[in-house]
Amino acid sequence: MSFDTASTPRLQMRGITKRYPGTLANDRVELSIQPGEIRALLGENGAGKSTLMKIIYGVTQPDEGEIIWHGEPLKMRDPAQARGLGIGMVFQHFSLFETLSVAENIALAMGAAAGTPKQLEPRIREVSQRYGMALEPHRLVHSLSIGERQRVEIVRCLMQDIKLLILDEPTSVLTPQEADELFVTLRHLAAEGCSILFISHKLGEVRALCQSATVLRGGKVSGHCVPTECSDMDLARLMVGAAEGLEASYPKVHGGLTRLRVDDLNWHNADPFGTSLAQCRLEVRSGEIVGIAGVAGNGQDELLALLSGEVRLPSTERERITLDNQPVANLYPDARRQLGLTFVPAERLGHGAVPDMSLADNALLTGFQMGLTRAGMINHGKVMAFADKIIADYAVKTPDAHTTARSLSGGNLQKFILGREILQQPKLLVAAHPTWGVDVGAAAAIHRSLIALRDAGAAILVISEDLDELFQISDRIGALCSGRLSPLAETAQTTPVEVGRWMAGEFEPVTHA
Amino acid sequence: MLLSLEPRGRQSRAMLWLSPLLAGVLTLASGALLFAILGHPPLETFKVLLIDPVSDFYGVSELLVKALPILLCALGLAVAYQARIWNIGAEGQLLIGALAGSALAVHIIDWESRWALTLVLAAGTLAGAAWGGLAAWLRTRFNANEILTTIMLNYIALNLLLFFVHGPLKDPAGFNFPESATFGDASRLPAVVEDGRVHAGIYFALLALVAVWVLLQKSFVGFQIKVLGLDKRAAGFVGFRERRLVWLALLISGGLAGLAGVGEVTGPIGQLVPQVSPGYGYAAITVAFLGRLNPIGILFAGLLMALLYLGGENAQMAANLPQSITQLFQGMVLFFLLACDVLILYRPRLKLKWAKRAALQKAAA
Repeated sequence: MSFDTASTPRLQMRGITKRYPGTLANDRVELSIQPGEIRALLGENGAGKSTLMKIIYGVTQPDEGEIIWHGEPLKMRDPAQARGLGIGMVFQHFSLFETLSVAENIALAMGAAAGTPKQLEPRIREVSQRYGMALEPHRLVHSLSIGERQRVEIVRCLMQDIKLLILDEPTSVLTPQEADELFVTLRHLAAEGCSILFISHKLGEVRALCQSATVLRGGKVSGHCVPTECSDMDLARLMVGAAEGLEASYPKVHGGLTRLRVDDLNWHNADPFGTSLAQCRLEVRSGEIVGIAGVAGNGQDELLALLSGEVRLPSTERERITLDNQPVANLYPDARRQLGLTFVPAERLGHGAVPDMSLADNALLTGFQMGLTRAGMINHGKVMAFADKIIADYAVKTPDAHTTARSLSGGNLQKFILGREILQQPKLLVAAHPTWGVDVGAAAAIHRSLIALRDAGAAILVISEDLDELFQISDRIGALCSGRLSPLAETAQTTPVEVGRWMAGEFEPVTHA
Repeated sequence: MLLSLEPRGRQSRAMLWLSPLLAGVLTLASGALLFAILGHPPLETFKVLLIDPVSDFYGVSELLVKALPILLCALGLAVAYQARIWNIGAEGQLLIGALAGSALAVHIIDWESRWALTLVLAAGTLAGAAWGGLAAWLRTRFNANEILTTIMLNYIALNLLLFFVHGPLKDPAGFNFPESATFGDASRLPAVVEDGRVHAGIYFALLALVAVWVLLQKSFVGFQIKVLGLDKRAAGFVGFRERRLVWLALLISGGLAGLAGVGEVTGPIGQLVPQVSPGYGYAAITVAFLGRLNPIGILFAGLLMALLYLGGENAQMAANLPQSITQLFQGMVLFFLLACDVLILYRPRLKLKWAKRAALQKAAA
């Protein structure tokens, strides 16, 4: 910790307190970061990380305490002022306009003074190449994968004279290799004197990247530490207090009867920037978890849409996907649900849950086939009972079931959605990125629920970009690359390195048995 | 910015009720100021505008006559708007309902059976629904924007009505006036009171009120409509059929508008005339939003709208107030009501201009 005495800190937060009705989001928080320092900010969902970030970025104002920038106290009134000072932030939920191009989005964020999108293009190319983040300024954002969208956000911050970069769980959408590349970029930036505040739940990454860490718990700083000198357990204990079951390893099992069979699935994507699927073969058996790894944008969204029924094949092709030997590829989602499929989509807000509806209504959203309606009328009593059961069984932190889905934190909403799907006692559960942006405690709870569902005999397919997670919970594993699916291997018999090669497309195509 | 709004995070229950009250106070205050400046005694003018029109039984009956078609149209629009289907075509659907009902009514002018009325009402309702269905077909088949198609269908409906009332449906014994023959008694909506014009259409409006309330608040179809409106991707994710819901919403809103139209010609008017509607279908758009797309809210908003119509007419006659002033006052009521609704989701906060400027200057330096 040589910086502490070296110079004035770039940013200091002193005694920051922020109250929201009913909660104390930040309680006398102290934080300081030196030029060129990479500091991790750790904490569970609801620990107050987001509030602290918003205060630094000028989105909200603290009730007490002061912000000191280069040794001078100041009031951060709005994000424009923060950007003016050289503070950049990459949010977990991207703030991009989907119908505009990359260059237009960046031009919008930088304001009129920075120039037109066309004028910015060379600089965008230059910055993205310099930091090793391939980005085509002309492409429309809606055609970009989640990982590529994140690059837009990062490049946008790097376009200005950056002094402090705040990243909210940036690696959750990257492959291990990509994450390593990002770290090279970040170290490069830090070496140039930029301070970096890095929010993550992946303790391994924090240790690999950050010189120092501040841990928040319940709005208070529960400790400062040097990550390389702490074990995962030490860090986790600072974050959640009692660290039971955080490092669980689950026994691997062999599945029983085939539940889901995907047989030679070909699907042409009309979107020129989308991915077409070619000859995908896959079997998921009862009582096992199959994991599909892969970098965002390699056909995950397309495969998920075909499995959920949001995209359907013509009835002549209905045998391509079968559930318990019943062809389903031509069926609507509700018909597939009736056959025992439940589904956790990648995006929680706007896809898996209606943001402006209450949790009760969101319970009804997919739970309606559990007798929550009668003769076309909603049985509000049963809906409330179902919602309350989800909230109780899956420890969803919320005042009540009338709260809107939007106001829940990411991890809490994910627990709610997962609970909603599991309590329907599915024969097959398909889950996309089940712990994306979810804190350690909630992730462990979600993993335990999935394992319990597996042990109860359900078939589970998990599509995730988090390789550690897939190795932890899946019994068999494969990878998607450019719309092609690798053969599945028993997780116990393979290594992350081998799966990493599959993610890069190095596998033999599946031949007919 | 001097006054800024920050999101509350959840609806304020108190503001749900307080916002109309606040709007009322603001309207009265600024209305009083307006009238005083123009030299009309405020209290007296308010009385003429808002109280005199409904001070006797006849007045209340007239209020209901005005409110009925607006209510029926607005209830139907609420169903469509909940699904974010912007049906601007209630006016056209109303006119087509009136036209179809009249076309049938003049052909069965001699019938004495009560079936005549049933058939005429059914014809009008179905025609309105079909006119709405046209927009649904254009949207689901060709992905045509319903805002544009419904507006254009309004003009087509109006001109069809004018063509028929000047041509095929003109009363041969009517001295060449553009009017149809007066309908037979069997196809007229009976009056429900002796000395007023309010007619049996009131039962349909009440029925529609209950039906739309049940549909939107209690039924699973209504839930699907709301999900489709709020979040199309989530609706697709669970397999709610967008096409079917679009059809349903437009058929319901078209049907109710058609019923409103045929209720006008079989009720207070008694024949087809070119001026069936003074713009009920457009007023209903305001009423639907003013009532926050909630059937109970729409009931109050519809009655208020009708009162403003009547009060405006009354003020011109009794208080010699120019029409533009009464319209200005109507505009004020609607403006304050809609503006105050912002407070349900947002909390106002005063910010001092100079403080912000100072901060910006400091940041720049």
